[in-house]
Amino acid sequence: MTNLVWLVPLFPLVGFLINGIGWRKIPKTAGGVIGSLAILASFAVSLGIFFEVKNSGASTTVHLFNFIESGKLLIPFAFQVDALSSLFLLIITGIGFLIHVYSTSYMHEDEGMVKYFAYLNLFVFSMLLLVLGSNYLIMFIGWEGVGLCSYLLIGFWFKNRDYTNAAKKAFVMNRIGDLGFLVGMLLILFNYGTLSYNEFFGQLNGGQVQLSANMYNWIAICLFIGAMGKSAQIPLYTWLPDAMAGPTPVSALIHAATMVTAGIYMIARSHALYNLAPAALNLVAIIGLATAILAASIAIRQYDIKKVLAYSTVSQLGFMFLALGVGAYTTAVFHVMTHAFFKALLFLGSGSVIHAMGGEQDIRKMGGLNKHMKITGATFLIGCLAIAGIPGFAGFFSKDEILASVYAHSPVMYYLALGAALMTAFYMFRLYFLTFTGSFRGTEEQHHHLHESPAAITMPLIVLAIMSVIGGYLGLPAVISEHHTLNTYLGSVVSNFNVHHLEHNTEWMLMGLSTGLVIVMIIVARVATKTPNFVENTGLAKVLENKWYVDELYDAVIVRPLAALSDALDRFVEKLGIDGIVNGIGRLVRWSSDRVRLLQTGQVGFYIFVMVIGMALLFAIRFFGLNY
Amino acid sequence: MPVQYYLFLSLALFCIGMMGAMMRRNAIIVFMCIELMLNAVNLLMVAFSKMYNDSAAQIFVFFIMVVAAAEVAVGLAIIVMMYRKVHSVDINILNRLKH
Amino acid sequence: MGVYEIIFWFLTVMALSCALGVILSRNPVNSVLFLIATFFAISGHYILLNAQFLAIVNIIVYAGAIMVLFLFVIMLMNLNADTEPQKNRLVQIAGAVSGGTLLLVILAALRTSTITTLDQTSTDIGLIKNLGKTLFTQFVLPFEISSVLFLSAMIGAVVIGRKETEKEA
Repeated sequence: MTNLVWLVPLFPLVGFLINGIGWRKIPKTAGGVIGSLAILASFAVSLGIFFEVKNSGASTTVHLFNFIESGKLLIPFAFQVDALSSLFLLIITGIGFLIHVYSTSYMHEDEGMVKYFAYLNLFVFSMLLLVLGSNYLIMFIGWEGVGLCSYLLIGFWFKNRDYTNAAKKAFVMNRIGDLGFLVGMLLILFNYGTLSYNEFFGQLNGGQVQLSANMYNWIAICLFIGAMGKSAQIPLYTWLPDAMAGPTPVSALIHAATMVTAGIYMIARSHALYNLAPAALNLVAIIGLATAILAASIAIRQYDIKKVLAYSTVSQLGFMFLALGVGAYTTAVFHVMTHAFFKALLFLGSGSVIHAMGGEQDIRKMGGLNKHMKITGATFLIGCLAIAGIPGFAGFFSKDEILASVYAHSPVMYYLALGAALMTAFYMFRLYFLTFTGSFRGTEEQHHHLHESPAAITMPLIVLAIMSVIGGYLGLPAVISEHHTLNTYLGSVVSNFNVHHLEHNTEWMLMGLSTGLVIVMIIVARVATKTPNFVENTGLAKVLENKWYVDELYDAVIVRPLAALSDALDRFVEKLGIDGIVNGIGRLVRWSSDRVRLLQTGQVGFYIFVMVIGMALLFAIRFFGLNY
Repeated sequence: MPVQYYLFLSLALFCIGMMGAMMRRNAIIVFMCIELMLNAVNLLMVAFSKMYNDSAAQIFVFFIMVVAAAEVAVGLAIIVMMYRKVHSVDINILNRLKH
Repeated sequence: MGVYEIIFWFLTVMALSCALGVILSRNPVNSVLFLIATFFAISGHYILLNAQFLAIVNIIVYAGAIMVLFLFVIMLMNLNADTEPQKNRLVQIAGAVSGGTLLLVILAALRTSTITTLDQTSTDIGLIKNLGKTLFTQFVLPFEISSVLFLSAMIGAVVIGRKETEKEA
C-alpha cells in the first residue's frame, strides 16, 4: 500500500484537471461528484497507508523521480510515508471529503461551483504534496500551492473588491513568511548540501557538520517565519480573519483544519533541528502564547460569526505553537487533529447558520436558532464544548496536555495560557448563546426563511461532532492511562523533547482548576448574553472590537511609509534618474543623428566623391601605412 | 613593352573616367564615364592575358562586356524614364535618397 | 623605336586625350564621339596585345551598338551644350583633385613593382577558335547564366521604359 502513495495526491490532481479544464461545460452536480469522489478515493488509499504504517511503524521514502539534478545537488521528487505524514493524510483527506460533500450543497446556488471544486481539489493536492514531500523543496511546492489556492478561494467571489483585497492581503502576508522559509531552506542547503529530511536530520544527529548554536537558531527562526505566515502568528496573523471573505467551507478546510496547520507540521517535522535551537524554540513559545492571548481577547468583542471563529483559530494555532515551543511536539500534533475536528465542525455549523440566515453573518441579528435548526445547534454545542475544554470532549484532552506541558516548562506561561483558554471558553459560549438561544433578533423575512439545512450539510456536521467527542481518546492524560495512543503511534517519527512529567497530584489539580474555571466562564457568558444589548463599546471593549488597532498600526508603520517611499522613488529615482538616463540616451542619439544626417545629401555625386576619397585613403594606408 | 605601361595607361583612363563621374552632372555623361572605367579594366585584363599567355582573362572581358551591355540597356531606360518625369538629366535633381 | 612602339604611343596618347575630351566637352554629342574614339584606340591596343577577336567585338558592340544607343538617347532628349547642367566650380575642382589623388596614390604604389616585359611575338590565344573552346568548355555555365542576365535586363528595360498608362498610376 505504501508504494501506492502517489495515488493519494494523484486523485485530487485528476479531479482538479477535469473540473478545472471543463468548468464551463460540466454540470454543477457532476462537478461536485467528481471533486468529492477524488477526495474519497484519496481518503481510501490514505486509510490503507495509515493502517499499514500503524502496524509496521516503518518510515518509508517512496522515490518517484529526480526533480533537480545539478552537479552535487540532487533533489528527488519523493514522498515520505511515516506516522506523522500518514496522520496528516487522514486529517486532510477525511475532513477534506466531508467538506467537499458539504460544499456540494452549500455552493449549489453558485454559478462558479465547478470552478470552486477545481480549486478545492487543487488545494487538497497541494496540501498532500506539502505533507508527503520527503524534502523541504517538495514541501515548499505544496506550501506555495496551498497559498495560491487560499488566494484563489478567498477571492472566489472576485466581483467584490473587499474580498479580492482580502485575498491579496493573505497572499502578500504569506509571501513574507515564504521568504523566511526560503532563506531557511537555502541555509540548510548551503550548510548541509541536502534538503531531504532523512539526510538532514541524520547529519544533525550524527553531527558530521558542526555549526555554531547561532546558526541552528537562525535556520530554525527562518523556518519559523515561514510558519508564522502560513499559520497566522504574530506579526503575520492579520490575513486570517480577513480570509473569511471566502466561502465558509473554504474557511473550514483551509483556514481552520488544514492549511494553517502546515506551520505546525513543518516544525514538528523539523523537530530535530529545533531540539538543537533552544532560543528559536523559546521564540516559538513566546510568539505562540502572545498570539493565543491577543487573538482570544479580540474574539471576545467580535460580532461577525466567522470573525469570532477566525480569531479563535488564530488563538488555537497559538496554543499549538506554544506546545511546540515547550517541546511537546506530539501534543501539538494532537491538538492539530482535535482542532481540525471541532473547528471544521464549528465553521461548517456557522456555514449552515449563514445559509439559513440568507447570508447574514452578524450575530447581533441572530438568536434562538436552536428552535429551527436542531442538528446544527446540537453539533455546534458539541463543538463549543470541545473547544472550551469540557472533560470528555476532544479539546479537553489536547488542550489539557498542552497546559500540563507548559506548566512543567514555566508556571508563569501556564497562567497566561490558562487565561487565553478561559477567554476561549467565554467567547465561544457567548457566540453560542447569542446565536442559538434567546429570541430571534433578525428581520421577519429571515425568521420566516429559517430552516434546517439539507442532509449534505448536516451529515458532515454529525460525523465531525462524533469525531470531536471521540477524537480526544487517542491521547488520554497520563493520570488516567499510561498508554497514550497517539504518542505511541507517532513515536517512530517524533516524540516530545525535554518535557517533564508532572506529579499525578499536580496534574489532577491543574485539570480540576481549568475545568472549574471553564465552567465558571461559561456561566459568565450565559449571564452576559442573557439580555443582549448592543450598546456602543467604550474603553477596552472598543479597542478589542477594533482588534487592538493592529491593522491600523500596520498601515501606519509599514504600509504608508512603504507607499511614501515607493512614491518618492517613483518620483525622483524613476522619473528623474532612470527615465532621465534612458531619455537622455535617446535624445543624445537623436541630436547626434540630426547632425550626422546632414552628410546624407542624397546627391549621387557627393557619394561618389566620398567613395573615391575613401578608396584613396585605403590604398594609402595599405601601401604606405603601417606594416601589418 | 613593359606591362607597367598598360597598367599606367588603364589606370589613367580609369581615373579620368572617375573624375568625369564626379565632375559632371549630366546623367548620360556620368554613365559614359562608367563605360570608360569598364574599358580601362578590360584593357588591363587583356594586357595580363598577354602577360600570362592565358585566354581566361579575355573570357572575363567578354563577361564584363555582357554585364556592361545589360547595364546600359537598363540604365538608359532609367534615364529615359527620369527625363520623362522631371525633364532633366541632372543627377542632383534625384536627391530623394535623402528622405 | 620600332613600329610597335610608335603605334603604342600613338594609341596611348589618342586614348588619353579622347578620354579627357569625353569629360571636358560641354556638348554631350561631342562626348559620345570622343568616347567612340577612345574605344577605337583601346581596340587598337587589343590588336597590339594579340586579342584580335576582342578588338573586333569591342568595336562592334561598344563603339557600334552601345554608343549608338547613347547617341539615340541624347538625340531623343534633344540634349546639347545649352541644356547641359553645370556643376559649380568647387565641386569640379574637388572631383579633379580627389580623382588625381587616387591616381597618384596608385601610381606611387605600383611604381616600385618589378618590370615584366611583354614579348612582341604573336600568340594565337586571342583567336576566335581558342576563345570559343575556352568559353564553351570551361566557362559554359557563366555563359548560360549571362544569357539569363541579358533576358532579364531586356525585360527590365522594356518594363522601365514603357509609358505609364492612366490605369497603372
